[in-house]
Amino acid sequence: MLFTSYGFLGFIAIVFVLYYLIPRKCQWGLLLAASYLFYFFAGPEYLPYILVTTVTVYIAALRIGKNEEAQAVYLKAHKADLSREEKKAYKETQKKIRRRWILAAILLNMGILAVVKYTNFAIANVNSLLGALGREGRLSFLDLALPLGISFYTFQAVGYLIDVYRGTVQVERNLFRFALFVSFFPQLVQGPISRFGDLSETLYKEHPFEGRTVSYGLQRMLFGYFKKMVIADRILVGVNAIIGDTGQYAGAYVLVGMLFYALELYADFTGGIDITIGIAETLGIRLTENFERPYSSRSLKEFWRRWHITMGTWFRDYIFYPLSVSRPMQKFTRFSRSHLGETVGKRLPVYLASFTVWFATGIWHGASWNFVVWGLGNWLVLMVSESLEPVYERFHRRFGAGGKCYHLFEVVRTFLLVACLRLFDCYRSVPVTFQMFGSLLSARNWNILWDGSLLALGLSALDYGILALGAVALVSVSLLGRRGSVRDRIARKPYPVRFVVWYGLFLVVLLMGAYGIGYDASQFIYNQF
Amino acid sequence: MERKEKMRKIIKIAGSALVVLVTLWLLQRLLIPKYVDDVVEGAFIAEYYGEEKDFDVIFIGDCEVYENFSPAVLWQEYGINSYIRGSAQQYIWQSYYLLEDTLRYEVPEVLVFNVLSLQYNESQREAYNRMTLEGMEWSLPKVKAILASMKPEEEFLDYVFPILRYHSRWSELTGADVQYLFDKKQVSHNGYYMRVDVKAAGDVPGGRVLGDYNFGEKAWEYLDKMRKLCDEKGIQLVLVKAPSIYPYWYPEWEDQVEEYAAEHGLRYLNFLELREETGIDYDTDTYDGGLHMNLSGAEKLSRYLGRMLSEELGVPDRRGEEALAGRWEAKLAAYEAEKQAQYAYYDMEEP
Repeated sequence: MLFTSYGFLGFIAIVFVLYYLIPRKCQWGLLLAASYLFYFFAGPEYLPYILVTTVTVYIAALRIGKNEEAQAVYLKAHKADLSREEKKAYKETQKKIRRRWILAAILLNMGILAVVKYTNFAIANVNSLLGALGREGRLSFLDLALPLGISFYTFQAVGYLIDVYRGTVQVERNLFRFALFVSFFPQLVQGPISRFGDLSETLYKEHPFEGRTVSYGLQRMLFGYFKKMVIADRILVGVNAIIGDTGQYAGAYVLVGMLFYALELYADFTGGIDITIGIAETLGIRLTENFERPYSSRSLKEFWRRWHITMGTWFRDYIFYPLSVSRPMQKFTRFSRSHLGETVGKRLPVYLASFTVWFATGIWHGASWNFVVWGLGNWLVLMVSESLEPVYERFHRRFGAGGKCYHLFEVVRTFLLVACLRLFDCYRSVPVTFQMFGSLLSARNWNILWDGSLLALGLSALDYGILALGAVALVSVSLLGRRGSVRDRIARKPYPVRFVVWYGLFLVVLLMGAYGIGYDASQFIYNQF
Repeated sequence: MERKEKMRKIIKIAGSALVVLVTLWLLQRLLIPKYVDDVVEGAFIAEYYGEEKDFDVIFIGDCEVYENFSPAVLWQEYGINSYIRGSAQQYIWQSYYLLEDTLRYEVPEVLVFNVLSLQYNESQREAYNRMTLEGMEWSLPKVKAILASMKPEEEFLDYVFPILRYHSRWSELTGADVQYLFDKKQVSHNGYYMRVDVKAAGDVPGGRVLGDYNFGEKAWEYLDKMRKLCDEKGIQLVLVKAPSIYPYWYPEWEDQVEEYAAEHGLRYLNFLELREETGIDYDTDTYDGGLHMNLSGAEKLSRYLGRMLSEELGVPDRRGEEALAGRWEAKLAAYEAEKQAQYAYYDMEEP
């Protein structure tokens, strides 16, 4: 069920009505039923996957929690009997048990994710290797279906498990409540990746009908549909045309494709998240924000703090930090400091941990080398930027860079850098990406920007007009958003103004949305992760 | 004070709802194709509902009925009050539900069904579905017709709210969309689409070899349903194949229809085999090289069919009914006026 399908709109309408009609204590139960129904519609064959993740993580977390409790009880009971060493030894033993539970659950769930998502990637690599070695045999690809949203719900469930292990959240003892946390339908397909500590605060609460919350949720959804249907799905035609024929669309077309894709991805992903957060809001549930005006970032580092925030923080909290403080990494730090000196030796472990995170980020986005190279490309730029930071600072001091123009330059530079790196995502092939980037650098066909050639990409002048206005609207809302909630500002206006704004936006989506016959209903890009 | 506040709120909500409904309704009216200037075939089905419904003969089918038979001639020469419920590439399940729809208003004595659509076992194009289904008034037969016709990419909701289907037509609106926002002009003559121009049939290609010449299960199913419904209502079902020489009518198809007609005691007229009897001349009686008849051809066929309906099936001559004759007088005047207008347009002399 696509978010843009009538079926989905009907589905959420029914859920919404029932949600506020039934007794409030049953609301979360209804959401669980709706979530599983939603997942069933996506494909009944996927249900076992999410059930396995839910049950195994639930059991592991419960065992860890019970172990913690038992440990506390035991230590309290034997406070006087045990020596300090005995207490320490006891704690160590218990920690080992808890570690076994968490490792087993993580290995199982990440293993499932790895098998369904990366088996064919591994087979393709083995086959390439066999080919390179001149061997004749080839492994056959497996017919593995990727369950909807598996990356998102697996990460969310594993994040919860680690939080329980660390003692930062309470164990959820009710399997069904935990099942709702894993499967909550609006965020199941493309995130955000919620933390149990945040989401559980509103997910299980009783929510009375509040007109303001509901209308805010609907407004957010509407803006999401505007981004997705008016902008993303419209420009998609141009993106596909350029990527689809690399022979014809080289040189300056690569720049056009790069810019188109930047707009498409932004409108598609942030639009999807707006719809997700908006749906949750209509139900009184608050989800974590996933974007914070990413295209206004002045550096790649800042960009990654503002783009897909929940994924970034997940990798930071559950991979980067644990890896950085792990025993092997501590050993490596000591080794590199003693052998390579303080400056390099201190940085090397950070580079290594970051490398792991960006490799994981790349492969999380897709099981192919282009995503890995994209991830590592980001890593390289970030590490180089960080290493050169003292040089930048000297430069800024020397030339007094810091005014508005320089600020704008930094924003544009970051945007272009992000867009360039995304070419790996766009062309889905490392050699083709390099080839196309090369063609851009040696481009001589700049005339296509004004001679009407862009009208042959499947987009009419009217489409370009709509896209331009759409982009202006996005930038305006983004700029307004810096000074507080745009919805709050509109809400303070007189009723006729509010009515014209929101009904006008609805009509724009209705009349200018790229949907129905004649348009290819496209999945949200992040659904496939 | 509180009451006043409540009242204001109610007025605000009701006013907003009214604005929303009215603008959406107007937009929908504006955006849906009017089918008055170019593809007029899309307007035929709806025109039936404006008629006084006491027809003795109803034609149902695709272009082979609405371009090949003239109810005006049937009236003028035999006093037969008839109407054509035809539409472009009308599929047999649509024909069946159009019959059900017709029966909501009247029970004709004879139903003439053109068999060309038996070749289709599923809808071919959404555009043709639209041209038939959108013209139907909302009723159970319409719902069933939509469900039977929809292609996989179609959505039922798009038929309920056509604005969802035509939402992007705003970029191609013409003056006609505004002119016919509320009222459409009549484009057919009791469902007949008149063309007076001539384009002789040249070399028409033969039929390509088909993998399977048998009509599909769904096509037979609906023909059976149509026959049974006619039996139940006491309607005489007449099967016809118009004399269009393209699309090719295969002998294998002919055999199946003949066999079916014989098995169920139905009258079947294949006008392709009645050239001498009807007097059809492919040099003068077609406007598009043999695909469809022009006025001359349609009038010849109507004379032949009218004689059969009148003499063999006993369809009454109602020219003596004053009210009906009065209605026909106006219709014949419009028929004559368009005929003259077309002769003038094509710079032709009336034969």
